[in-house]
Amino acid sequence: MKELTLTNKAIARGAYEAGVKVLSAYPGTPSTEIAENFAKMSGVYAEWAPNEKVAVEVALGASVAGARAMACMKHVGLNVAADPLFTASYTGVNGGLVIVVADDPGMHSSQNEQDSRYYARSAHVPMLEPSNASEAKEFVKLAYAWSEQFDTPVLIRETTRVAHSHGVIELCEREELPLKTYEKASNKYVMMPANAIKRHVVVEERDKALSEFVNTADINRAEYTSEEEIGVVCSGVVYEYVKEALPNVNVYKVGTVYPLPLDAIKAFAKRVKKLIVIEELEPYMEDALKAVGVACEGKSMFSLQGELSVLKIAQAFSGADAPKAEQVPPRPPVMCAGCPHRGVFYVLNKLKLTVNGDIGCYTLGAVAPLSAVDTCVCMGASVGMAHGFKKATDGESKNVAVIGDSTFLHSGVTGLINAVYNESGITLMILDNSTTGMTGHQQHPATGKNLMGEPAPIVLLDELCKACGVKDLQIVDAYDINAVETAVKKATASKEVSVIIAQRPCALLDKSKKPKVAVHDCKNCGKCMKLGCPAISRGEKGIVIDKTQCVGCEVCVAVCPFDCLKKESE
Amino acid sequence: MTTNILISGVGGQGTLLASRVLGKYAMLKNQDCKLSEIHGMSQRGGSVTTHVRIGERIHSPVVWEGGADIILAFEILESARVKHYLKEDGVLLVNEEVILPMPCITGAMQYPENLKEQLTSSVKKVVFIRAKELAMQAGSEKATNIVMLGSVCKLQGLDKAVMEQAVAECVPEKFRELNLKAFALGYEQV
Repeated sequence: MKELTLTNKAIARGAYEAGVKVLSAYPGTPSTEIAENFAKMSGVYAEWAPNEKVAVEVALGASVAGARAMACMKHVGLNVAADPLFTASYTGVNGGLVIVVADDPGMHSSQNEQDSRYYARSAHVPMLEPSNASEAKEFVKLAYAWSEQFDTPVLIRETTRVAHSHGVIELCEREELPLKTYEKASNKYVMMPANAIKRHVVVEERDKALSEFVNTADINRAEYTSEEEIGVVCSGVVYEYVKEALPNVNVYKVGTVYPLPLDAIKAFAKRVKKLIVIEELEPYMEDALKAVGVACEGKSMFSLQGELSVLKIAQAFSGADAPKAEQVPPRPPVMCAGCPHRGVFYVLNKLKLTVNGDIGCYTLGAVAPLSAVDTCVCMGASVGMAHGFKKATDGESKNVAVIGDSTFLHSGVTGLINAVYNESGITLMILDNSTTGMTGHQQHPATGKNLMGEPAPIVLLDELCKACGVKDLQIVDAYDINAVETAVKKATASKEVSVIIAQRPCALLDKSKKPKVAVHDCKNCGKCMKLGCPAISRGEKGIVIDKTQCVGCEVCVAVCPFDCLKKESE
Repeated sequence: MTTNILISGVGGQGTLLASRVLGKYAMLKNQDCKLSEIHGMSQRGGSVTTHVRIGERIHSPVVWEGGADIILAFEILESARVKHYLKEDGVLLVNEEVILPMPCITGAMQYPENLKEQLTSSVKKVVFIRAKELAMQAGSEKATNIVMLGSVCKLQGLDKAVMEQAVAECVPEKFRELNLKAFALGYEQV
């Protein structure tokens, strides 16, 4: 049966067909839909782990126990999971183990543009890169076969344009696999120096065998045309661009970005007059080819930044101009009307505090008119950076750390333990909206539900903070900005580590109907405009509230100094 | 022949469903198809573009500047933002709705005046419709996307019966009548 399918769903389908039993992941755009779709399959187990490191460890455990397993994450998640990855390369697997990593060239929803291909090379783990949904499904199945054949984890790399594109796939049956027998093998699975030294030898032998093997693998292939001038080496979505932009050139399509099929590419290079490597981000393949003496061009023609496109590639060869975009006002993403984070940032702005921010919807607190966030680096960094600010200024800095509930559990809690243990007296605000918001509302350990949609035990954030040694803990309603202000003043005045949990479910999840806000005799002072609420705009006679957007959070009511904003029923 | 369609709008306007219906149409017509969309950060009220390509054999999932046969713009400013994606003889279909972006709400920037006139003078073939009003006429403003699809069907000469089937298969059963009415209104409008 044929189906038009999102690539991430095709990856989930590939895992299902390959007989995968256990999947663990942490949500991250553009990888989230893999786990969500896998969880809908019958006879499988899928979970949200608190972070990517745990996800890979779970998948590795399942593999060693004898099941086929998968872990999925976005590119920066692989940084978190790099620790188990590098040593899983040494232990190898029992049941097949595949780790999917989704890179985000162009940073549609990320804080950097790192190139995950280098992880494969430095961990000595094979990495496959599909070009579309149909290939993604097939590559996943191949990855499991190779994982078991070569006793190695296998990485699958996709980029946003592959992950979030739909293509036509053919559905196949699931391969039902019995659990493989687990046999104790401490020389393989206990990686202490004496064992690891021996395993490192095995890793290098495997690398050599794979480097040979990939030269004849079907997913690496030369496509010759009648033309003899130019040969292009490419992989992933770039292959699809090249096929449209340069239909007449010879193409070497790379399916295994690690190890690269170097001998096969050398043979290809001999048949063309000029070899050009076209790749997004880093000159990963170009450098590898140059290192083995293959003359080629690449980044002299293309940028290290952003995405490529059919047009960019065509232009690099023809020199033609691209149609220019008109300069119009930008439409940046904003916090939704009724977002419980808005009032918190309004207060932090009002109190002129330095805000160490984190990764999530609340990063949008950095955008005008709130402009309340000073730093945002990686998951959990708010807490560590706030601690660093305090230590650098001998406790004098007027700063707070702001983090979401899911991000706090991901890697903020370790920073909090550090702040308590090393006594910096930071103020940490946990913006608890009871979900993982930015990635599209995923469950996490504090929501009471799991990925399969079943009720789950709840990690209580307040109890967790207390167990970390926090003595000054306040819980406030995020919509009650006067209470938020009082709590922040108290916490920042204290020399102890203080935690404020600002609670209120994400406005997109809260289906309760509240009276909307109405305007009476607006004095046009502009105070409510500083909230940056998309439901509030300026009309001819003062502000106007868009009733279709207003959810009745009443933060603007609290902000108005003239009582011009009131609940509609009043 | 390949048809390249770009759908642009504001997060929450239903552009994603429009692309899914076109994808379903391609499947029903036994054509190759690729869609490309962006999730995450760009959904929070920001500009959203979705790409749809239908034909014999599709490689790139993304339409490029100067490559679109038709653009469905769900908001006027968004049509100006993406009109350079249009082929010279391509059609710009614009829903005459204005949604202020945050820089215009705060007063940091001005929402451009006379956008309609500018579009008419700079694009060879531009079609304006009041899709939201037509959708409300059909029963819900949420069907704005389906009104737009009705117009696209007529403008691109797509198979009407198959498009209707695609719409019917992509929307919940209880809204089927409403959406087919919205589709018909969009079809008749252009």
